[in-house]
Amino acid sequence: MSNRGPSTPSSIKGRLRALEGGRRENETPDLRGVPSTYRGLAEPAMDKRLVHRMMAKSRVLEERLVQMTRSGDGYFWIGGPGEEAFNVCLGLLVKKGQGPEFDYLHLHYRSSAILVAMGMDVADALRQMASKATDPFSGGRNFVNHYAIKEWNVVPGASTIETQYAIAPGTALAQLRHGGDGITIVNGGDAGAAEGDFSTCLNWVSRPGRELPVLILVMNNDWGISTAGHETHGEQPIARRAEPYGIRWDTVDGNDPVASWKKLIEVLAYIRKERKPFCLEVAVSRLHGHSSSSGGARVTDETDCMVEFEARLAQEGVLSAAESKKIREGYAKALAETLLKIREEPDPDPSMVHDHTFQEEG
Amino acid sequence: MASIAQAIRLALHVGESELGVTDIFGEDVGAPLGGVFTCTQGLEKTWNSPLDERGIIGTAMGLGLAGCRAVAEIQFCDYIFNTIDLLKLAGNSCWSSVGQFNMPIVVMTPVGSGIHGSIYHSHSFEAMMSHIPGWKIVLPSTPIDAYGLLLSAIEDPNPVMFLYPKALIRLPGEERIPGEPAEAKELSRMIDAPLGELRSKWKPSWPALPHYRIPIGKAKTIKAGRDLTVLTYGRLAPVSKTAAEALEAEGISAEVIDLRSLHPFDEEAILESVKRTRRCLIVNEDTEVTNYGEHLLRVVNTACFYHLEAPPVLLAGMNTPGIGLAWGLEEVQVPQRQSVASAMRELAQVHA
Repeated sequence: MSNRGPSTPSSIKGRLRALEGGRRENETPDLRGVPSTYRGLAEPAMDKRLVHRMMAKSRVLEERLVQMTRSGDGYFWIGGPGEEAFNVCLGLLVKKGQGPEFDYLHLHYRSSAILVAMGMDVADALRQMASKATDPFSGGRNFVNHYAIKEWNVVPGASTIETQYAIAPGTALAQLRHGGDGITIVNGGDAGAAEGDFSTCLNWVSRPGRELPVLILVMNNDWGISTAGHETHGEQPIARRAEPYGIRWDTVDGNDPVASWKKLIEVLAYIRKERKPFCLEVAVSRLHGHSSSSGGARVTDETDCMVEFEARLAQEGVLSAAESKKIREGYAKALAETLLKIREEPDPDPSMVHDHTFQEEG
Repeated sequence: MASIAQAIRLALHVGESELGVTDIFGEDVGAPLGGVFTCTQGLEKTWNSPLDERGIIGTAMGLGLAGCRAVAEIQFCDYIFNTIDLLKLAGNSCWSSVGQFNMPIVVMTPVGSGIHGSIYHSHSFEAMMSHIPGWKIVLPSTPIDAYGLLLSAIEDPNPVMFLYPKALIRLPGEERIPGEPAEAKELSRMIDAPLGELRSKWKPSWPALPHYRIPIGKAKTIKAGRDLTVLTYGRLAPVSKTAAEALEAEGISAEVIDLRSLHPFDEEAILESVKRTRRCLIVNEDTEVTNYGEHLLRVVNTACFYHLEAPPVLLAGMNTPGIGLAWGLEEVQVPQRQSVASAMRELAQVHA
């Protein structure tokens, strides 16, 4: 009895011919970008003022979180200043909700702007930073920017930099079976893409005839703590690794919210409709280093998406520099007042440390 | 009587037809093979995965997070080691999210020696697994226990590691699974896939199976005794029982407890027995350094110290990098009936 599928040529010559000719006859040879029917979409339209407000809110949040390590309000900071432009656009385009009808998010720890754009109360991020019992994501158990939000399908974030890529195919499989247009979104860094789980993801979402609706994001800041990405990755761009799996891929300037929005609406429309994966590599900056471990100080030699976008908005007459400044100052003032209240909130009760080790049956 | 392989199949059939199991998957788990040990033949929800253990565990976790019920198999526990950080995440998902995300998955994997399995088909995994909090761990030694525990594992809202002793997979049990036909041949005719071309058209005929469960965390006394307590599980449970029965002729009465569940384990049953017999021997085949049995030693020493008439003893596998293929090597590396009997005899003769 043959263990091979009926469509696979069984002779060695036949198999070689199939391999070299490509097994996916219906695919175009060039898998860069979305198919033409999805190119140039204009909907949903980008609200530049809204994107700016969410970017500002996210940036102010991250700056406050960094400060909290210095003011004794938190132990350790890690986060995503520099990724706001792309992440805000993504957060605004997420199909938000609970269950397979909605998008699942498998997020690494630089994703605060996605959550802010989705409508997260920024006070909750402060609560996690301060390890308070009121931290709704982890009850004071996990680092900041390690989110878990059941009602929005944000699955528990972990400090491992790669495992999310291996878990994402599972939620996508559930969504494929469920039907609808919910998709799975997974992000990680260029450094994390060196781990085998990235290959696992490419393999499991592209099994012939069983492709899964997953947006695979590589947020390339060209750093792995202190190690330069371009010195450790021979493949450039990383997203091109999707091609032999038959997965469409592309790159985008993640510091440019207009380009990010345009790319995202095309890519998301493709994945939602076609129920197939897409790998998008996003060039971003890392504006406060890796984490507290490297000091968390502001770097000055990388592009700042906020500065660039505000200059553009001023030039286009959408928002003046003074208005932008006022928006940021407003968020900063509110956050400072919020922190004063959060300081008074309870710490986790040590007697409850075993709680939720297991879920009770029933 | 059903074998462990057949018992697992029966339990998975109940799982997919009554308990909402959505996926039974792993390497060679689906048709045509139905598992290298035939444990997944004839089932509806099986599928073959890429040869990628991290993908298997990760996908099972994703399915669990999305509300599905997955039973994933790692073909041999010798190949599960590259998934440990995913297992850790599965174990901490509920705790780290303060109860938001439980992880209702079952991972099955065969363990232990006894099939001339050499260096990469003889590992034990229970000690390693017991270092990953948030999981329940079971290791049955009989078909009926495999059946009842697998069903409890499927129903559990938490991750459960279902270890099973590969050397015992094909042996018939001594106790009938409720609903199992009286004749072994009849069960085989109903649920064992034929060999060759016939298999492609074959469909199993499942017996009607009434409700039956074995709760996780409950041990079973498989031989009563008064002089010493043997705490064991997996492949060495029947070995210990046979050795204990033989020692009756020498006037030594050993009680043998098959733990069946390793986390949580049946502390109450263990302590009651040890306090009564005042002697304790722990038998397993995992390597002896930081062995799971050493945890049992601590529990016994702490709770029963003033009851004991002799220091408790752990008889386990040698701390070697692998099990040698030559029988003479495996024979000395892993406890056998004679060494188990000797350990019982020696312990029975120690007097405080």
